[in-house]
Amino acid sequence: MWEYTDKVRDHFLNPRNVGSLDDANAVGEVGSLACGDALKLYLKISDAGVIEDARFQTFGCASAIASSSVLTELLKGKTIEEAKKLTNKDIADYLGGLPKEKMHCSVMGQEALEAALAGYLGEKAPEHEPEGELVCKCFGVYEGQIRRAIRENALTSVEEITDFTKAGGGCGDCQERLQAILDEERGRQADATAGAAKAPAKGLTNLERVKRVTEVMDEEIRPNLKKDGGDIELVDIEGKTVLVALRGACKGCPVSNVTLTEFVQKRLRELVEPDITVKEAGK
Amino acid sequence: MNPVYLDNNATTMVAPEVLEEMLPFFGELYGNPSSMHTFGGEVGHRLKKARADVAEILGCAPEEIIFTSCGSESDNTAIRSALAAQPDKRHLITTRVEHPAVLSLAKHLEEKGYEVTYLGVDEKGRLDMGELSRAIRKDTALVSVMYANNETGTIFPVPEIAALCKERGVLVHTDAVQAVGKVEIDLAKLPVDMLALSGHKLHAQKGVGLLYVRKGTPYRPFLIGGHQEHGRRAGTENTAGIIGLAKAMRLAHDNMAEENTRVKALRDRLEQGILASVPDTIVNGDPDNRLPNTASIAFKYVEGEAILLMLDQYGICASSGSACTSGSLEPSHVLRAMGVPFTFAHGSIRFSLSRYTTDKDVDLVLEVMPKVIDTLRRMSPFNEKTPPKQACTC
Repeated sequence: MWEYTDKVRDHFLNPRNVGSLDDANAVGEVGSLACGDALKLYLKISDAGVIEDARFQTFGCASAIASSSVLTELLKGKTIEEAKKLTNKDIADYLGGLPKEKMHCSVMGQEALEAALAGYLGEKAPEHEPEGELVCKCFGVYEGQIRRAIRENALTSVEEITDFTKAGGGCGDCQERLQAILDEERGRQADATAGAAKAPAKGLTNLERVKRVTEVMDEEIRPNLKKDGGDIELVDIEGKTVLVALRGACKGCPVSNVTLTEFVQKRLRELVEPDITVKEAGK
Repeated sequence: MNPVYLDNNATTMVAPEVLEEMLPFFGELYGNPSSMHTFGGEVGHRLKKARADVAEILGCAPEEIIFTSCGSESDNTAIRSALAAQPDKRHLITTRVEHPAVLSLAKHLEEKGYEVTYLGVDEKGRLDMGELSRAIRKDTALVSVMYANNETGTIFPVPEIAALCKERGVLVHTDAVQAVGKVEIDLAKLPVDMLALSGHKLHAQKGVGLLYVRKGTPYRPFLIGGHQEHGRRAGTENTAGIIGLAKAMRLAHDNMAEENTRVKALRDRLEQGILASVPDTIVNGDPDNRLPNTASIAFKYVEGEAILLMLDQYGICASSGSACTSGSLEPSHVLRAMGVPFTFAHGSIRFSLSRYTTDKDVDLVLEVMPKVIDTLRRMSPFNEKTPPKQACTC
C-alpha cells in the first residue's frame, strides 16, 4: 500500500471537476492505455484569457486522479500567463507530496495543461510532444521529455527518471540510454555551474563585471544572434543592470523580449552573475 | 470494521488451532532442539514428530524434508542446488509466469552465464507440453515450474511435466506454494525431485517453509553452518513455526475436499455475480483447471490500484495484477505473458478466498463492485463511446 497524504486520499475519493466540458475551448490529452495512465483536461478560457472552468477525465491510479483533480482546482480563475507557470511540483506540493514512484502523475498534469494551452494559443506544445528518439518503448517516452524532466526537477539518477517519466519502468532495456542522457544533462549543468562559479563569492567589482559581460557578449551571445541575422550591442552597465541595443533582425522582432530574457539574460546569469538583469536601452 | 479479507494468496490468517499448537514453544518449551539435555530433547522430539507428520501428509520420507524460512528460500535452494550439483549443465528451463522467487533468480543466473529458457503460456495461462519437450537439451540441469499460478490460479500439469523430465533424465522442481492445501499432492506418485511450499499460504505463520528433496537427488546446501537438517540447511530451526506448519498442513489435508467444494462455490458465486453486474469484465486464467479459491477478474478501462483503494474504503482487501501496487509500472508479468490486452490488464483484481471466507463477505463485494467500477469508468477518458485513439503496440 502506498503511503498517501490525506489530501491525496481526499482528492482521489472526492475528485473535483470530473467529466468533460461541452464548451471547452482548450483540451489537452496525454498518456495512453498502454502506459497505464491518461489524462484529458478541458478548459474554458474567456476572451480576457482567464480560465473560467476546468474539468478532467483520468484513467489511472489514485495519485493520477488526485493530481488531475488538484490541477483543475489550481487552474480555475488563473490567467493564461499564470497557468503557464504552474509546474508538476506545484501539483505535488498542493497534495502534500506524492510517493516518489508516483511523481509521473503530477508530470502528466503539467503536460496536459501545456498541451491544452499550446493548442489554444496555436503554439507547438513543449517537449513532451515527441522530440528526439523514442527512448522507452514500453511507455512511449521520448528523449525530449526525459531531458526536460531531468532539468526541471534536478534529477540525479535513472530511478528518479523512472519516477518522473516512467521511462525505464518496463523491460529496462533503455536504462543504459537513460544513464547516458542523464550524464549528458548533468555535464551541461556542471558546465553552467562552473561558469557561474567564476564569479567570486563576494561578487564582482564593476571592472570585473564589465570585462566578463563584454567577453560573454562577444564570444557567445553575438555570434549566436548573428546566425539568425540579428545582433546586439552593449550600451552600458549600471550596477547589475546591463543595457543593450538590438541590431539587425533582432531590432523590431516581435519576440525580442524573449530573446533578451530567455537567451541573453539567462546566459549572462549563468556565466557572469546570477542576479544580472538585461534591459533594452531607452525602454 | 472487520475486514473482508480476500487476499489469501498473499498471506492467510493463522488458524486458531495452529496458534494453539505453537504457543507452548514461545513459552515453556523454549529449548534448542539440537541440545543434548532432556529439556532441549523434548523440543527435538516434537520437531521430529512434526517432520514425520509433514512427510506423511506429502507422501514422502521424513528425511526428504528440509525445513526452511519460506517459499523463496526453498525455491532458491532447489534451483541453486541443482545447478551446483551438475556443473557441466548450464541450462535451466522455467516459465514466464513464475513467482519472482524463481524468475528473479533465473535472471540473476543468466547474468552469471547460465542459459535460461522461459516457456510461454497461452491466453488461459496454460503451458504447451510440446514446447517444453522441445526445450529440453543435453545440458539442461533443471526444469522449474510452478504447480499453480499465484495470480490466476491456473494449475500446470506437473505430473505430466515431471514424467517427461524423468523420461529425459532432467531434474524437476515445482514451486507448490499456492497449491499445497488446495490440490492433492502425493509425492509417492508425483515424480518431482524437489517441491517448495510456504506456511503462511495455508494458515500457518510467516517465516516457515519447506523443501522436499527426493532421496538420491544430487544436493548442495544453500545455508552452510551447523549440522541442522542433516547438514542440508544450517541454522537453529524455527521450532514453533515448524510445529505450526505441520498442524496447518494436517488441517488443510484432512478438510481439503470439503473446504474446496465450499470455497469454490463461494468463488464461483463471486465471479458470476461480478460478471453479471459489471459490463466489460473478464475472468483471467483457465476456467477448467484452476485453484478453487482464486478469481482474477479484469475490468476494462479502469486501473487496478484505483479499484483496490476504493474497495479498501469498504473494508475489502484484495490484490491487483496491475502495476501501481507492486511498485513496478507495467501490468503483471503473468497477465502480459497470457496476452491479456492492456485495456483489461491494467484493471485486474485478484480475489483469493480461504476457509474463513463467508457468504456475507461475498455479498459485500457483489454489492460494492458495480458502484466502484461505475465511479471509476465515469472518470475515465476511455469507454465504449470514446475508445482510446492509440492502438496498444507493446
